[in-house]
Amino acid sequence: MIQIAALTKRYGDFIAVDDVSFTAEPGRVTGFLGPNGAGKSTTLRTVVGLAEPTTGRATVLGRRYADLPNPGLEVGVLLDASAQHGGRTGRETLVLAQRTLGLPRTRVDEVLELVGLTRPEARRRVRDYSLGMRQRLGIATALLGDPAVLVLDEPANGLDPAGIRWMRDLLRSFADGGGTVLLSSHLLAEIEMIADDIVMIGNGRVVASGSKATLLSGATTLARADDADALGAALRAAGHDATPTGDGAVATDAGLAAAGRVAFAAGLPLTELRAADGSLEEMFLALTAGTQRDGATAQPTTGAAA
Amino acid sequence: MTAAGTTPAPPTSAAAARSSARVPFHRLLDVELRKTVDTRASAALLAGVAGTAALVVGALAVWGREDELGLAYLAGSVAYPLQLVVPMVAALAVTGEWTQRGALTTFALVPRRGRVVGAKAAAGLLVAVATSLFSFALSALGTAVGSATRGIDPVWDLSLDAAARLTLLLVVATAVGFAFAVVIRASAPTLVAYLLFMLILPPLSSMLAAVFDGYAAVAPWVDLSTTMSVLSGPSVAGEQWAQLGVATLVWVALPLVLGMRRLLRVEIR
Repeated sequence: MIQIAALTKRYGDFIAVDDVSFTAEPGRVTGFLGPNGAGKSTTLRTVVGLAEPTTGRATVLGRRYADLPNPGLEVGVLLDASAQHGGRTGRETLVLAQRTLGLPRTRVDEVLELVGLTRPEARRRVRDYSLGMRQRLGIATALLGDPAVLVLDEPANGLDPAGIRWMRDLLRSFADGGGTVLLSSHLLAEIEMIADDIVMIGNGRVVASGSKATLLSGATTLARADDADALGAALRAAGHDATPTGDGAVATDAGLAAAGRVAFAAGLPLTELRAADGSLEEMFLALTAGTQRDGATAQPTTGAAA
Repeated sequence: MTAAGTTPAPPTSAAAARSSARVPFHRLLDVELRKTVDTRASAALLAGVAGTAALVVGALAVWGREDELGLAYLAGSVAYPLQLVVPMVAALAVTGEWTQRGALTTFALVPRRGRVVGAKAAAGLLVAVATSLFSFALSALGTAVGSATRGIDPVWDLSLDAAARLTLLLVVATAVGFAFAVVIRASAPTLVAYLLFMLILPPLSSMLAAVFDGYAAVAPWVDLSTTMSVLSGPSVAGEQWAQLGVATLVWVALPLVLGMRRLLRVEIR
């Protein structure tokens, strides 16, 4: 579990991360979505102790990352696949981490197989690797210590579609085994494919968060009850669309009042009833468009090449 | 790449219950020593060190003056070129983390950065001492072979005391390079700074001393590159030890303290 509480990071006058709070739960893949420069990487660096927050706090498994005695055994980290010494072979890169963590030598071969790097590939120098291979090597380093938590910054960058599917399956089974995954991306499609929960960030602030089912349903209302399945069934019986969000709530296109009446009639006490957040895609486009406009204010809206 | 679809082993246990002991220092040292030879560049640098030593000893043994040929002469002669190259090994161990951006992985695995830097310092120290011992062995070989081919009696005149001082000389030089690296954290500027220290500072310092009487009095206390050369001389007086200590504080301890304060906090990106 990763908990981020009121995290703020300033560089002089610039606020890179502004009061960010969210939790990445065990058993789920949490996607950290935002345009480039939104503050994702800064947040992740703070989580793993490579940057100090200005205020606020991030904990992994209940502790500050820097307080973990041998963090590689508990948290797998991949922040930048291209940040690996180009002169080392892929295998040597893993051997250094394996020796630091105090793991048996055989573990290197295990993770190489896990990420699909062959022995000849592992003998090549990292500078000759494609970005996709570097991502696999970085994931291998992260998995080396058989951690319970993974923190991955843009891990799908440079992967081909088959590679992205491989990554999804890998992270899925990791989460299904009880692991916590926090990964970032600037691509909505990637996050949609991989994540269970989504935290969307723009200009350093969290603009939306929740389960993917809720955020992508386009529903107008979110209702929560102790028995979410029964609530969903009741809503559907009343002629509404109802999508379980996976975290005990139901997203529905019924209005607030209608949803409340259905629940009352079904004898289901609601624990939460509110308007659902706006469409994720629209919000994401608005965020992205905002950053693009900043760079092209002088450009006329008509006459530009489509 | 194979399209391996194998799944990872699920997390073995609740992480909170996991008994993970702190990474012991000897493992960090082991990894840092390994890093000094595990790339082509780092291996080439060490080979360059050995080659330089062999070249100098070989040339002096064959073409050097016959009346000078001896263990102390050879060991003393090879000391200076080693001072130029060996500190680079220690310096690059630090700067390489930033230049090659391995720091992102290194400090994620070991968040207590001071321990990593300590391991790098220990590795640099070991390399300096090992190189010094290697240069003595080479010098002994050069003495034996050179004397035999020239038909003269070999001169084994290197005292334990002198050998220790030559080793200390290399260690101090290495410490300077390491301290510069901790402050600058970039490979090329660090190497330039170190070469300026070794090659430009001594003539500059003596020029200043000739012009300013005030500086002439303090020069031995602050100009480490000149002061430390007394270590390769026949003996070191009490005041010279004091000067060496003060100058080392200025060039090693001070930058290390300032550099470490920054290195421990700086954001790794």
